[in-house]
Amino acid sequence: MIKKIATLHSFKGWILTFILLGIALVLLPLLNLLVPEESVLHVPDYIFSLLGKYLCYALVALAVDLIWGYTGILSLGHGVFFSMGGYAMGMYLMRSIGKEGVYKSDLPDFMVFLDWKELPWYWYGFDYFAFTLLVILILPGLFAFTFGYFAFRSRIKGVYFAIITQAMTYALMLLFFRNNTGFGGNNGLTDFKRILGYSLHEPSTKVGLYIITIIVLFLSYLLSRYVVRSKLGRILTAIRDAESRVMFSGYNTLHYKLFVWTLSAFLCGIAGALYVPQVGIINPSEMQPSNSIEMAIWVAVGGRGTLSGALIGAGLVNGAKSWFTVAAPDYWLYFLGTLFIVLTLFFPKGLVGFFSRFSSKDKMREPS
Amino acid sequence: MKKDGTLHKYQRLKTNLKNRKPFLRFLGLFLFLAVGLFPLSLVEANDLDSALRGLGNKSRAKLKVAVKRLGDIGNPAALPALVALKNKRLQVSEDGALIIIDESGDHGHDALSGKQVDIKSLDLSKPRINNSVRRVLSVAIGKIQLTSDDPEVRLGAARELLKRPSSDLVVLVEKSLNEESDDKVREIFFLVLAKEGLNSDDKEKRLQSLEVIAKYGNNDFKTDLEALVDKNEKGEYLENDPEIRKTASKAISSLERRQFFINQAANFFYGLSLGSILLLAALGLAITFGLMGVINMAHGEMLMIGAYSTFVVQNIFKEYLPEFFDWYLIPAIPIAFTVSAVIGIILERTIIRHLYGRPLETLLATWGISLVLIQSIRLIFGAQNVEVANPYYLSGGVEVMNGVVFPYSRIVIIIFVVFVVAAVWALLQKTSLGLQVRAVTQNREMASCMGISTHKVDMYTFGLGSGVAGLGGLALSQIGNVGPELGQLYIVDSFMVVVLGGVGKIVGTVAGALGLGFINKFLEPVAGAVLGKIMVLVIVIVLIQKRPQGLFALKGRMADN
Repeated sequence: MIKKIATLHSFKGWILTFILLGIALVLLPLLNLLVPEESVLHVPDYIFSLLGKYLCYALVALAVDLIWGYTGILSLGHGVFFSMGGYAMGMYLMRSIGKEGVYKSDLPDFMVFLDWKELPWYWYGFDYFAFTLLVILILPGLFAFTFGYFAFRSRIKGVYFAIITQAMTYALMLLFFRNNTGFGGNNGLTDFKRILGYSLHEPSTKVGLYIITIIVLFLSYLLSRYVVRSKLGRILTAIRDAESRVMFSGYNTLHYKLFVWTLSAFLCGIAGALYVPQVGIINPSEMQPSNSIEMAIWVAVGGRGTLSGALIGAGLVNGAKSWFTVAAPDYWLYFLGTLFIVLTLFFPKGLVGFFSRFSSKDKMREPS
Repeated sequence: MKKDGTLHKYQRLKTNLKNRKPFLRFLGLFLFLAVGLFPLSLVEANDLDSALRGLGNKSRAKLKVAVKRLGDIGNPAALPALVALKNKRLQVSEDGALIIIDESGDHGHDALSGKQVDIKSLDLSKPRINNSVRRVLSVAIGKIQLTSDDPEVRLGAARELLKRPSSDLVVLVEKSLNEESDDKVREIFFLVLAKEGLNSDDKEKRLQSLEVIAKYGNNDFKTDLEALVDKNEKGEYLENDPEIRKTASKAISSLERRQFFINQAANFFYGLSLGSILLLAALGLAITFGLMGVINMAHGEMLMIGAYSTFVVQNIFKEYLPEFFDWYLIPAIPIAFTVSAVIGIILERTIIRHLYGRPLETLLATWGISLVLIQSIRLIFGAQNVEVANPYYLSGGVEVMNGVVFPYSRIVIIIFVVFVVAAVWALLQKTSLGLQVRAVTQNREMASCMGISTHKVDMYTFGLGSGVAGLGGLALSQIGNVGPELGQLYIVDSFMVVVLGGVGKIVGTVAGALGLGFINKFLEPVAGAVLGKIMVLVIVIVLIQKRPQGLFALKGRMADN
């Protein structure tokens, strides 16, 4: 087993991975705790929530890359899976507020506000973390499996599939916007107090969540790496490049597509669940069609068909977004729009593809 | 959602129409009478004058007498003064002259002579009225209106009476019923009498009233009728007479049947209207998708550009040609088309051309284009919605049945869409460009071999598709809000139309658009707007299971791609 894992990277690759892990897991928290606040090297508390957020996005990018970069299926609906994980976690966090809400009621505030007397049945069980965890791990995947089964079975692909997934996220967004749906309507779920008894406002909890996110991202990365380097991964790439030929060779592409689609949704759901406690809110705008399209651009920036590219892209685009929305909010959309256009026109392989042009090693992986 | 917004707009328009027009008419009538007819009927006028002067009386008893007399005289010339008194806009100067203050409160004119007066120079006092005066006033105003020569005024008065019955006036209605020639007014008169007749002691009269209500009535009568068939807490009927109860329940079901029919008619109309708008939005999308295999995510922004072009044309007319303002829509049609088409062509030449054969990346690139376009419009025109006015011939609507208004703007849009679709169809089927477009759609390489310049065809087609979307924007500006996000509202729906209708055939797009429009509007009252949308999505996905390439897919070899 360990041998198998060890072959996932070259020796140099492993060194790089562990250096990065070391910086993120050890160096940053140490700089936060040990270095005095006046120092230039001090890492302030808020950095961990911010980095945690980016790491969740990186996990999403990983998921999108699996389905789009490797299998060639563009989904414009990954916001749904992200929100499903997020809402599940949000429901648990809502329930663990207890009676400390504005209305001092056992029910979540928005339900009191809507004059509801009882907890809706689909909120049952979210008092328990184990149940919530189960929902987070199962629900997005299950939903994706059902949706994907019907879509792939009738051979919807290419732009058709992209459009159908966009319509799916749009419809669900409308559904969650309704107050009567029972997920807080417009405002979503927010004002969380604690997770598993730890206050969410404590810096230590934030660092803890950040560390958990890194570990989850690392494991997901290894899993994805394992999948794409396996024989199964080869077939996925083959489906991307020439689906008909794969079918003629006797493979049932439905199974492969369904597997990677479900896996992708599963990872996306986990990302959503990690995202919510660190950001402190989940609302239907996460399911806006534009959000899901942005996820695709993270991957495109880094380079489709390379896992490291997805991670880098997510970090870069979101870093740019954070900077723009503060420094020049009016020009963020210009930047993003131009990024879409320039990338597709001139850098279809993204940053990783652009730089690996100079080193001949990565010639194998060429996204179509 | 947008549709609700437009609905409100209509309701507002409707009430505006109801309220404003009669008032303007009184004013016109009044001026006409004041200038032209006064010398002819001097005696009556003197009588009127003295009664009018009585309105300035300090004593409420005398005021009431004066109001009553004005009502009995029945001269419409007294209306403005009476209405003004009711709305507390009638004031008395020190020397006893009656001044009517207009709605803005800045200007006033003499109620008798009609001369403008400077209200600031006068020391004015208001006659004090209470509820008993108001009651008398309403009766007097109603009397004058019911005997007015203008059927619209009579209709308005009759409707008002139906809402707030007054036994004094019902007698008058009974009298004037025989002389009434206008069918609509007669209908309402019958209903007024029937409503009164329900409470009479005469059983025969009550039964007759019920029949009248069953024939002409609307949902407003339902509570009255239900009271007749209801039981009290002990389980006894409130109404003792079984025959009345039977007729009443019959009347209720007849009202419900009619309401159901009206609702279905309204659903049909609004479904048709939504479908025709979706058709304009999706037509260009379907053509370019069929031709080039690319989905243009910036297509919705072409709608927005068309709407903003209309807005700019409107402003130019407002500024430079105010006398022709109502006709700004006519030049706006070619302008909206051209602006969108030119922008579409520029995009095709500079960006989309380089992405052929990479449909998914085109999707992303065009999304980027749409972001840039939206942000540009925001920076130029502001993030707020802009106001695009309906010209007079598009405001208002036809009241087909009680409570159901088909706005002119929507009717005109449906006709407009028919013309546009016919024009596009003719262009594709009857011209050589159309022939080339169809050839390239079927087989690009072969068409190219035959000497067709596929690049040019692509460019023109993209321009055409964008231009049609621009026309869609123009249409949308007449029924909804115009803002930078206009295109985003319709883009998902127009994609659904293309998915449902398939590509390459106009009939598919027409069927897809109308189908979606009808499904949406007929599901909305049953399931609510949001659940309706979700059900539409489910329906589309289920349909695609059966026909993966859309309902009207190309058959044979062409379907391979």
